Amino acid sequence: MSTRNTLFVLFILLGIPSVSQADSNTPGKTANPKISIILDGQLNQYSRDPENYALPGFPLSGEAGLSDEGFALGDNELILSGDIDNKFYGNVSIGMHQHEGDVEFDLEEAYIEAVALGNGFTAKAGRFFSGIGYLNEIHEHAWDFTDAPLIYRGLFGDHLRDEGVQLRWVAPTDQFIQLGLEVGRGDTFPAGGAANDGLGTAALFIKTGGDIGRSHSWQIGLSHWSADVEGRTGGDHDHGGATEIPTFTGDSHFSGIDFIWKWAPNGNSIRTNFKIQAEYFQRREQGNIEMVGSSPLETSTYDGKQGGWYLQGVYQFIPRWRVGLRYDRLSSRNNGSDVSVLDEAGLVSQGHKPERVSLMLDYSRSEFSRFRIQFNRDESRPTADNQLLLQYIMSIGSHSAHKF
Amino acid sequence: MNIFNKLIFIIFGVCLCATTQAKINVFTCEPEWADLVRMLGGDHVKVYSATTAYQDPHRIEARPSLIAKVRRADLVVCTGAELEIGWLPMLQRQAGNSRIQRGQPGYFEAASFVERMEIPEKIDRSQGDIHAFGNPHVHLDPRRIIKIAEQLSFRLQQLGAEHSDYFKQQYTVFKTKWLDNIKQWEQSAMPLKGKKIVTHHRDFIYLFDWLGIQSAGELEPKPGLPPSPGHLSRLKQSIKQDPAIAIIYTPYQDTRPAEWLSRETGIPHIQIPYTVGGSDNANDLKGMFTETIYALLKAMQ
Repeated sequence: MSTRNTLFVLFILLGIPSVSQADSNTPGKTANPKISIILDGQLNQYSRDPENYALPGFPLSGEAGLSDEGFALGDNELILSGDIDNKFYGNVSIGMHQHEGDVEFDLEEAYIEAVALGNGFTAKAGRFFSGIGYLNEIHEHAWDFTDAPLIYRGLFGDHLRDEGVQLRWVAPTDQFIQLGLEVGRGDTFPAGGAANDGLGTAALFIKTGGDIGRSHSWQIGLSHWSADVEGRTGGDHDHGGATEIPTFTGDSHFSGIDFIWKWAPNGNSIRTNFKIQAEYFQRREQGNIEMVGSSPLETSTYDGKQGGWYLQGVYQFIPRWRVGLRYDRLSSRNNGSDVSVLDEAGLVSQGHKPERVSLMLDYSRSEFSRFRIQFNRDESRPTADNQLLLQYIMSIGSHSAHKF
Repeated sequence: MNIFNKLIFIIFGVCLCATTQAKINVFTCEPEWADLVRMLGGDHVKVYSATTAYQDPHRIEARPSLIAKVRRADLVVCTGAELEIGWLPMLQRQAGNSRIQRGQPGYFEAASFVERMEIPEKIDRSQGDIHAFGNPHVHLDPRRIIKIAEQLSFRLQQLGAEHSDYFKQQYTVFKTKWLDNIKQWEQSAMPLKGKKIVTHHRDFIYLFDWLGIQSAGELEPKPGLPPSPGHLSRLKQSIKQDPAIAIIYTPYQDTRPAEWLSRETGIPHIQIPYTVGGSDNANDLKGMFTETIYALLKAMQ
């Protein structure tokens, strides 16, 4: 409730003056802050009940899962950004989601960035999507598929996000080399409890990339993340009225590698272009799981190993039309002193290795509007679910950034 | 203390020496500015162009190689007027280079130094991807290029103060030659005055404004929207009643809509260099203008 009130205040503070600025439409001037609104709607059909969705072996966050069946709102978003002064840049994005009949506001990102430090340094502070991996920093509406890769859903709850600081450095070389370091609060999934007095997570990433001739460009990244987790909840189970919440306390860390390669004839992506991307992550967790709410209190030691990857290709075969194919695969090996506790926490996979094949086709009328149809054969659960997802994504307002 | 002072002196001296020796490292968003920087900066600049004539400068991604180039640039020269809005601000934020941020001497926005056409009364996306600062394709008017060159020369003199006489000299030489060129181009382009031409996008309006050519419409229904069959057939009707001499497009635009309209109407379709590197003869700015006028005159025959 209080988040909602805060957001209303935010709307009043930021929304009204900027709307009146936009109305005046002074020639040669654009509003500051830049405002852009993303409209995203979906129609989803599943052959299995989405309420029972699970990724056996992976502790799911409350957020992760399938979008509502039938007509549903996707990632509707209000983005305000702009230069604060000649040294700082600021960005706020507010997600508006539908969840079980209610509209929820979610402060997706709210950060400042010091862009004029020089010598290749840039610093960011606030709440932001972590720089680990390739897809993580990209907002959902800019993804090539309607839903997150399974490994993102399983490990991060779709996005790894935290409050904290990030320091990046670009090397003074012709070859692009970037180092990044993050320290975060660690209050939200996959961390929890804001350990170490609110300095619960740390991340490190390195990216390198370049061009090959005029038609090809690529990037490879390595990342590592670690957290002290104090009481991470998730995957709660109902047992005839009494709710028992599996709660994890211990160490969690993951490493990953990501790769992207893009092709466009002579670097001109207007008619045709192709991109291929893949990411692999492996997580290790050690500690204890308690079933909070159970009596007597059920506990187990927990030694978890979860990993997975996806590979996807997207091809624009004629202007405005693209097809894409994606394959996801996960596996896990979790051990503990009490298997029934692990089972209730969703950590027992019984040898099931979740996988999914996705096929998508999308059409962009302009740079600002896109329609998409996607089919998934989803074997997250042991029996396959056939999923059909229809989506529109449109944007109003300032021009979106063309991130690589 | 004495040693310390000496050390400072040596370090400072080395740094100073290093900057005097080094060429100004220039990153340009488009090849036309790369050529202009080469002409004005001569031996004291090192130039890299982010795009070629075969790429739409509006549709570039902030890819790793460009971030690495901007990281080391002393001067970024771009068209501005939101032409590079999708990627330049991102490069500036990613590169960690304080010299080339907006408002710094290392950031040069060519379009901001000349009068722009088609500044909209209001920004309305139903009118297509239009820009608040007007039509950005200013480099196709050589008179505007002179104004930009003068400002760019000032900027080089400021950044490379030790060579300011050299840069001044380069500009004077450039200006004299360029005014001569303009005279010749205007003379040879006389027959084009009042003629009508169809373009793919509204990217030749400054050329038309200079030579007195009239626009007979665009293949795009709205700026930034790809040509649609309905719009093309309406355009076909209108140019049948009021004939155009040519249908022109740039090297990066889809050729098929122009080819279709050309087949339907018998009006020749021509690829125009649009910028430096856009054809074999357009290997510099001068070549680009000469080639453009030559191609349009040829279409009239």
